Formats: sequence, structure tokens, C-alpha cells
Amino acid sequence: MAPPDPRPRQSDPPPLLTMSGITKSFPGVRALDGVDLDVQAGEVHCLLGQNGAGKSTLIKVLAGAHQPDGGDIVWQGAPVVLKSPVAAMRLGIATIYQELDLVEGLSVAENIFLGHEPATAGFVRSRAARATAAELLARLGHPEIDPRRLVGELSAAAQQIVSMARALSHDVRLIVMDEPSAALDPDEVDNLFRIVGDLTTGGVAVVYISHRLEEIRRIGDRVTVLKDGRAAARGLPARTTPTRDVVALMTGRDVEYAFPRRTGKTTPQEPVLRLQGLARTGEFEPVDLDLAPGEIVGLAGLVGSGRSEILETVYGARRPTAGRVLVDGRPLRPGSVTAAVRAGLGLAPEERKAQALLMLESVTRNVSVSSLARFSRAGWLDRGAERDAARRGVRDLSLHPDDPERPVRTLSGGNQQKAVLARWLLRGCRVLLLDEPTRGVDVGARAELYAVIRRLADDGMAVLLVSSELPEVLGLADRVLVLREGRVVHTAAADELDEHRVLDLVMEGSPSC
Amino acid sequence: MLNSPGGADTGADTGADADAVPGAAATLTKAAGPPGPRAPAKGGLGGLRGLGRLADLRNLSLLGVLAVLAVVGGITKPDEFLSTDNLQLVLTQASVIGVVTVGVTFVITSGGIDLSVGAIVALASVWATTLATQDYGFGGILLCAVLVGLGCGLVNGVLIAYGGMVPFIATLAMLASARGLALQISDGRTQVVTVKPVLDLGLRDSYVLGIPPLVLIFAAATVLGWLLLGRTTFGRRTVAIGGNPEAARLAGIDVRRQRLMLYLLSGLCCGIAAFMLVVLTGSGQNTNGNLYELDAIAAAIIGGTLLSGGRGTITGSVLGVLVFTTITNLFALNNLQSDVQQIAKGAIIVAAVLVQKGRSTS
Repeated sequence: MAPPDPRPRQSDPPPLLTMSGITKSFPGVRALDGVDLDVQAGEVHCLLGQNGAGKSTLIKVLAGAHQPDGGDIVWQGAPVVLKSPVAAMRLGIATIYQELDLVEGLSVAENIFLGHEPATAGFVRSRAARATAAELLARLGHPEIDPRRLVGELSAAAQQIVSMARALSHDVRLIVMDEPSAALDPDEVDNLFRIVGDLTTGGVAVVYISHRLEEIRRIGDRVTVLKDGRAAARGLPARTTPTRDVVALMTGRDVEYAFPRRTGKTTPQEPVLRLQGLARTGEFEPVDLDLAPGEIVGLAGLVGSGRSEILETVYGARRPTAGRVLVDGRPLRPGSVTAAVRAGLGLAPEERKAQALLMLESVTRNVSVSSLARFSRAGWLDRGAERDAARRGVRDLSLHPDDPERPVRTLSGGNQQKAVLARWLLRGCRVLLLDEPTRGVDVGARAELYAVIRRLADDGMAVLLVSSELPEVLGLADRVLVLREGRVVHTAAADELDEHRVLDLVMEGSPSC
Repeated sequence: MLNSPGGADTGADTGADADAVPGAAATLTKAAGPPGPRAPAKGGLGGLRGLGRLADLRNLSLLGVLAVLAVVGGITKPDEFLSTDNLQLVLTQASVIGVVTVGVTFVITSGGIDLSVGAIVALASVWATTLATQDYGFGGILLCAVLVGLGCGLVNGVLIAYGGMVPFIATLAMLASARGLALQISDGRTQVVTVKPVLDLGLRDSYVLGIPPLVLIFAAATVLGWLLLGRTTFGRRTVAIGGNPEAARLAGIDVRRQRLMLYLLSGLCCGIAAFMLVVLTGSGQNTNGNLYELDAIAAAIIGGTLLSGGRGTITGSVLGVLVFTTITNLFALNNLQSDVQQIAKGAIIVAAVLVQKGRSTS
């Protein structure tokens, strides 16, 4: 149990925190591949990197939420093991996650002191807790937040302040902030920066994660760029490193993705899928799109830009507030997945395990679940026909291992994704909606998936693709829609775009040419 | 505290028997776990494990428990326990709760719960035995019981599937209201059945090859339930929405309609069970089916159906019912108090679930 006590500070101040060679693998993916990070007391250290670069995993290791497979963590000069979030907290490391981890049904003060309530003989001293909470909130520039209010009633920005107050209620030396500005208005962002400034003046270190380069320029001291689970650059000066260099570090890759060749333009066809002014208030603005058989269209943008929301609305999993979806010229009943599936749409969702797979079941049953009617007469299943069809699907997409009776949970990410694709092929689907198709899929297996997707398109499938990985969108799609904050800001053929251009569009938002 | 002298008395009494009981429980645990009948069945178990047929394995272990119970019965009451009369009695007692359990197994497999089954049985049995209903004779009673069951199931299903209510709450509300309605209709009186064909069904004369008709109904429900769960699209969809409702929805399954059908099915089973109870007792009472919901859930769980949904087995549930009924019978034959019986039931539930956990982690 006992975490080693931090040694007293030496005269020559060592880094507050040094992480070296941190590795962490999840089934099928190597999320961290030897990351180094050092943080000085009193600095704002920015972490940059594309989605999937390993930022979240790294901060979860730092928060004690994930145990690294390898590597060393040195805290104030002494090696430590961060066994649990409590252990990290005890050392003075606090993390403010992007999805705030507050209990909505408790009051502000109760949330701030959750787990370390000031108490006498087990009775919470509520008055003391409220007073201290009010002090903390005032220090954060928000004295108007009443400690007695329920957190669930507060705005997102106010909840973030509560989260921060919670971090400060401990004797904290290092605060990790994961995209703290994502949910904030500009003047709230100013307040956030003032708080960060106060903290660092007091000697607290801040690890700051953001996609917005201009923020990093304003408050950052040093930058570490992550890419493919490694530190592509460490401790760059945040204010002076040219944007181009930062973007190049984020996008440059050791691993070259092998994308199948595009098969060139064929004769223009009638679109199979048509979006007409499709919109959802607060999520994305009206989108128009024609998708022809054999075409792959990609949606590029940051998390929260409305990519997945568009896909799910097309699929009927969300109800549009305006506009409509047409398949073969006929409008789909809005907000009905059943209608979409019947019309020939299929979705490979972002969260494969949570949204697509029946983890307790075999590959066969996962593949056949959308086509049960095909193997049944009067509700009676022909299990032989079902098995044969699943086996054909497994062979078609070269699933490994090719035993369709295996439980689907024993497959790797890439093969699980193939099982989802096989489901829709069996169903005879004509429009495939792919949300992050290679999430959790090994680099090697990705190329194989790309080839499968391209082959499906060549066979006449229309594909709408969403991915956080720009190379994937640019390499796989024929046409790309660039989204920023729910708006399509650019549309172009994929070969007319490159990563830098798209990153410029989605990050800086400089709409040029 | 006030009971303590009497309690001590029975305590001493059961203390002596307690030797037999925990002994039995211990062998039960062993039978379910590796050490007990492992030696003879080793090859079979290993082979099945190789195939990953967990459900079959559990059924085997429940069969083992039944065998142990039979042995215990054969030793303690050699003449009575294995007599034809007693076996008929055990099976008849199992059949009413058995039919209910078949329906409940479907609901649990889909990730839901039905707490109202006992109350629906009570309501259906009361409604089917009012003087007005009895005027319509055998068919009227049967039809009424089934329709009341279906009606309650419909209300449950609509509230849960389309009203977005949590199954626990919706069926809890049904439990309260159906019991209340049953009391209102019967005014707390036992409604004696005078329709002869209904009463005849419970008589020895109508046994088919020595099997009581109620047991035949139970057997039919078991077979139909087994087919429905394992061999039809309905069953497959049930398992799918239980395993991952979001995935099922995104795969194009009409989850809400399926949920509605499942609570209808459970209600139907309750209606049939109510009719069987009327045959068995020759009457309808508002106290019928007391705690059936818990017995049915317990039987399904020790049978291997996951309370969280996504995996269910009809054979397991039926074996679970048989185990519980046999225990009740054994205890009754040995003149043991029902308190000891309840304790043993609890121990078996715990043991079965622990075995289940041990298996899934190993």
C-alpha cells in the first residue's frame, strides 16, 4: 500500500514530474509506446496530439486510473507507483477530465469534498464544508456559485469550475486539465486562463490539453507533442514554435498507412443517399450531400464538430430538427433505425463493443442478428442456413480466426469490425455508415480493413466515413467534407486536400480560398 | 426476544436436523462445484468445458444436485419419497410455478424483470372463478384466466416498452394493483369452483399414463419455451436485446416491440398458471401466487440465466424449479420447519451464484 513519501526538495529543483518510457497496451492496440514527459513546478505544460495519439491514456496513467505496462514515474525526485486515483491524489496530482466526473444529484459543496468530507466522528461538518467551498469558488472567480445548489442544475462552465474547486480542495501540486476550454464561452475562457495563471504563480504545475493552438500560444510554457503513442517532441517553447512545425510533428508518421488505390471516376450515377438540409439544433447545421453507389465520402473534423451526430441522424438513431434523408429518392421516416435498416442503411458505430456487438455471443450470431428474417420461416430459425451464411461472410472478409462459432469477444478489434461489416453485407445493405472504423484496430490490420472497405465500394456500396484520423479520411475517401463546430466549412475531392490544410481548417478556422 | 424459550426449543430441534441440513447443503455445493461427483463425471465435464457449453455444464450440476436430493430423500424417507404418489405430488407442485418461471426466464434474458407474476396469478385465478365467469364453464374459466394474464402483461409491456418506465417499477406497480384488484373482486373470500370439468382435471382419473394433466401442461410449456428461446427469431432477438440493447437497436431490431411481446408472454404464462392453480386447489383466492415472483427469479438464476440479461436457459430454469420443489418436499416429509427450508433455499441460491461466478472467472 504505502506509497513512498516524496523526498524533500533538493536545492537544485528537479522536475516536479518525470515520466519516462511509459508503455500501455490494450487488447489489439498499443496506446502508449514509450512516452516521455517532464513537468516543472509552476509551468503550464501543453500536451498536443491527434485523436488516438495517446493523450487520454497518458493522463489516465498520471491520474492513477490506468496502470502502465512499463516505464518509470518520478515524482519530486522519488520513484512512485500510482496504484489508484486515490494514490495520485494523495501525492498532489489532480485531474479534471473532459467528461466531468461530478455527481449531479449532490450539491456543489458535497461534490467538492466528495471522499474527503470534513467530518467529526463520521458526521459531515456541512457548514465548514460550505464555507471552504465558497472560499475556493471565490478564489476561482466565481463567488456567485452557491455551494448548496445541486450540480445538475449548473451550466457546463459552472460545473467545470466546481471540478476545479474539487481539485484545489486537495493539497495539489499538479493539475491535469483535459480540454478545459471545449465547453466554455470566450469570456469564460479568459477566466480559466486567469485561474491557470494564479495557480502557476503559486508554484502549481498545470498539464494542459487542448486542440486549439492559439490557446496554447497564450498560456503555455512548453509543449510536448504526442504521435502514435510516443513523444514526437518534448518541451518545445510554446510561444515561439511555428505552427507549421507543430502540425508537422502531429501528423508526421513512422507508420505509413497503405491505402488501396482509388478506382477512378466511373460514369456518374444516381445518388443512393441524399441529405437535404439535414440539421439538428445545437449539434450540426444544415448539411446537403449526395452519395452515389461506389463512392466513399469522408467527414473530417474534431471531436464535437458534429461528425458522429450527422451519421447517427442519417441512420435514424437521432431525430433531425430539420431537413430529410432520402434513399433512392424516397424520404426515410425520421428517427427510425428500423426504417433506415429496411431501406438498406447499415452502421458500424464508433463504440464497437457498446453499440454493435453482442459480446456474449458467437461470431455467427453477431453477423446474423440483422438478417434473422432471412433464415426463418414463420419465426422458425434455420440454423444451418444461418451458419452457412455467416461462414461465407467470415470467409469473404477473411476474418481471423475463421471459425464463426467463436465468441466474438475473443477476436481482435479489426476482426470484430469485420464481423460488423459482415453483418451488413449479409443484410444486403447498400449504404454503409462507418464511424471511426479503425478505432482500437492495430496498424497492420488497418490496411486490411481499408482494402475491404474499398472493395465494397468497388462492388457498388456507398460509404459515408467518419474518422478522427485525417490520413484515414484523406487516404480512403473520394470526397471530403470538413466540419468545424457543426458546420461544413469545406468540401473537396480528397486528393485536392492534405493533412495540413485540413488541420488548418478545423483548428485555426482560417477559411482561406 | 420474547420467543426465545420456544425459539430455543425449536432451535435445539432443528439443531439436530441442522446436521443433516448443512450436510446436505455441503454436498450440494460439492455437487455443483468440482470436488463432489467429479470423479465419475470428469471426462464428461472436461469435454463439455472444452466445447464451452457453460449452460449444459450448469444443467449437469443441477442434475447432480437433484440426484443428491433424491439420495437424501431415499435414505431419510425410503418408503415415502420415491413413491409414485410423492413423485406425482412433487411434479404437480412444480408445474404451476414452473410455467410462471418459463415466462420470467424470457423477461430476465431480455434484461428485464417481472415482479408482478405472483399478483397476476392471483388476479387471474380470482377473476376466472367469479360466479359470473363460472357460468361459462370450463372454457370461460380458461379463457378468462389467460385474458387477464395477457391484459396485465400488455399493461406492463406498454408501460415499459413505450412509456419508458423501468421494468422494476412498472411491474412493482402492477404487483400492488393486481393484488389490490384481486382482493376487491374476491372480497378476500375463497371462491370455490363448482364447474365439474375443471375439478375433474385435478383428479386421478384424468392422469395420462400416470402423469397428472398439470404436469403435462408444464412439460408442454417447457418444450415450447425451449424451442422459442433457442430456435426462433423471437428467442434470438430476446437474447440480443438482453445482451446489448443499444447494439440490438442499431442492428435494426425493433427493441420496443420485442419488449412488449416479452411482457405479454410473461402475462400469458401467468394466466395459464392461474388456471392450473384453480384446477389444483379447486378455488380462486387473492392470496394465490404469493412470492411467486421471487421463487421464479431464484429458479431462473440458479438455472444459469443472467440477471443482467443476454443469456438464458429454459432447461436450467426448470431444473431450478425442480430443485426448489424437491427441497420443499424433502423438508415436509422430514417434518422440518419452513424456516429451515427458507434458510436452505437461500444457501442454495448463494452457492449456485458463487459457482457461476467461479466458472466465469476461471
